[in-house]
This record gives sequence, structure tokens and C-alpha cells, in this order.
Amino acid sequence: MSRKYQAQIYVTLRPSVLDPAGVAVASGLKQLGYESVEGVRIGKYIELSLSAESEADAKTQLDRMCDQLLANPVIENYRFEIAELAASV
Amino acid sequence: MKFGVVVFPGSNCDRDAAYVTRDLLNQPTRLVWHQDTDIADLDAIVVPGGFSYGDYLRCGAIAQFSPIMQAVVQHAQQGKFVLGICNGFQILTEVGLLPGALVRNRDLHFICDRVPLKVENTQSPWTQAYTPGEIITLPVAHGEGCYHADAETLADLEDNGQVLFRYETPINGSLNNIAGICNKQGNVLGMMPHPERAADPLLGSTDGIGLFRGLLAAAETRLFTTV
Repeated sequence: MSRKYQAQIYVTLRPSVLDPAGVAVASGLKQLGYESVEGVRIGKYIELSLSAESEADAKTQLDRMCDQLLANPVIENYRFEIAELAASV
Repeated sequence: MKFGVVVFPGSNCDRDAAYVTRDLLNQPTRLVWHQDTDIADLDAIVVPGGFSYGDYLRCGAIAQFSPIMQAVVQHAQQGKFVLGICNGFQILTEVGLLPGALVRNRDLHFICDRVPLKVENTQSPWTQAYTPGEIITLPVAHGEGCYHADAETLADLEDNGQVLFRYETPINGSLNNIAGICNKQGNVLGMMPHPERAADPLLGSTDGIGLFRGLLAAAETRLFTTV
């Protein structure tokens, strides 16, 4: 029986890739007086719901989606969290 | 030499490219819709500038999976010519025909300008009409034109002479000021500047037409060598 899962996917630029938007936001925060800020990196957040046989199956599917399309492995890293959705009655 | 120009939803330099090959160079040219897959009749295919599929997710990310791109990859594998300009360059890196990736410009600006470029290697079909080290001026118009690749890839590109065009001054943060690269075999070129926008004397510059003329000359040589 297939189950429903909700995935929260975070795509971030690899540490070696310049993130000019993050740099600009960091300087904005400093101008506001937040001298404690040491660095800002801006990424993408993707919510996705899917059906799968099991949590392992869902994770396999998500890994492939991220590798193929959601992230570009040349410049980006990704991670995700998944939670099973309560079955609708 | 028969040209095809891919048309994605969101392409906006397709007609400019077709104008150059069809009207200025008098070569048979057809526009190829992104859902078409039969391009066996074409010698060269142009993946034009624009905003394919709205540039959603990342520039070129969605276009890489359109039906036409699988045909373009095969076309390239057969040694035929593929030219990616601007968004086309981004798509060619996403689909893996060229190494690296294009990311946000260093200063976050969308750059719309004319910039001087150095022609680095004139041994390729694309640049043989230029003289080594020649400085040409081409229009650029991009927000995500900063070329990025890991150190090993970058060293490979330089060692193999795959960097064909380099910005004379750093405009967008591109590593090694890279503006255009080709694949190892030399039949696939990707570049952020727009040669098709500097091909008609009416527009004030013809610095870009050399690229297309060089390609025609290369095709003729190739025909002679195969006969």
C-alpha cells in the first residue's frame, strides 16, 4: 500500500561557490547593528509531497529528484527531511 | 550548411540567431520547437538566449529535460555543431555537454552592456576567423553569467585550450574571466556574450559574425576531408 509523505528539501550553494546575495544580506544585517553576524548563505527551500511504498522508497526517490533536477551537484548541496502524512479516512 | 535554432517557451534570441544564419549568411535555417526530436537534417544547432521555462528553479534546469535536448545531446555526440548562447550556455552546462555552471553575477546586477573580449584560441571551428589574441566587443545581457567550476575542471579547460573567449575586465566574477568555452572535441561552444547581436552592420558592430563565418569555413573543410 502506498503511503503519503511530505518532504522538506534544502538546497544550498556549495561552500566554495560565491554567494553574492548572502554577502549583501550579511552587510545589511551589519548595518542594522548586528555585528555578531559572521556570515550569511542563502539557499532554496522546497516543499514536496509524494507517495511511496515506504520511507526508504521515498528517500530513494527524493535523492534522485535532487540529483537530477532540484539541485545542480556542480554548485549545490542538498538535504531533506521527510514525514509521513496521516492517511485520510 | 543547415542550421536549426531551438525555441523554448521563454526563448527571446531565437529569431536573432535565425536572422544571422538565414538572412546574413544565406544558409538554410529552421526553428525547432522544444518538443520536436528529429534534427537529423541539421549540421549545426543553436540553443539561443532567453529565459527557457521562465528560468524557474535555476537557469536551464528545466530545459535540460525537454525532448529536444536529448536530440541535441545525440547531435553533439555525432560530432555535429552545437552553439549555446547565454541561456543556451546555461542549458548546455545543465545537460552536461559542457562542464561547470553559471551562477549569479558577483555584484548581483543584471549586466546589459558591450564588453571587450579576448579571443584566446583560434584553432577551433568557432574562432578560426579571428586572429590569436584579437580583442572583439560583443553585447552581454545576463544576471547569472558568473562561470564556476572546480579547480580540476578549470585547470583542464585551460590546459586543453577550451577557453575560447575571456572578458578583458572582470564583469561578473567568472573564474579566470571565462566568457565562453568549448568541449574537448571542439564541436560544442557555450558563451554568455551575444555574437548574434553583433552581426549586422545596421546594428553598429559586426564583431560577432566571424564566429558564424568561421563555422561555415570549418564545415566546408570537413566536407572536403570526408569526400
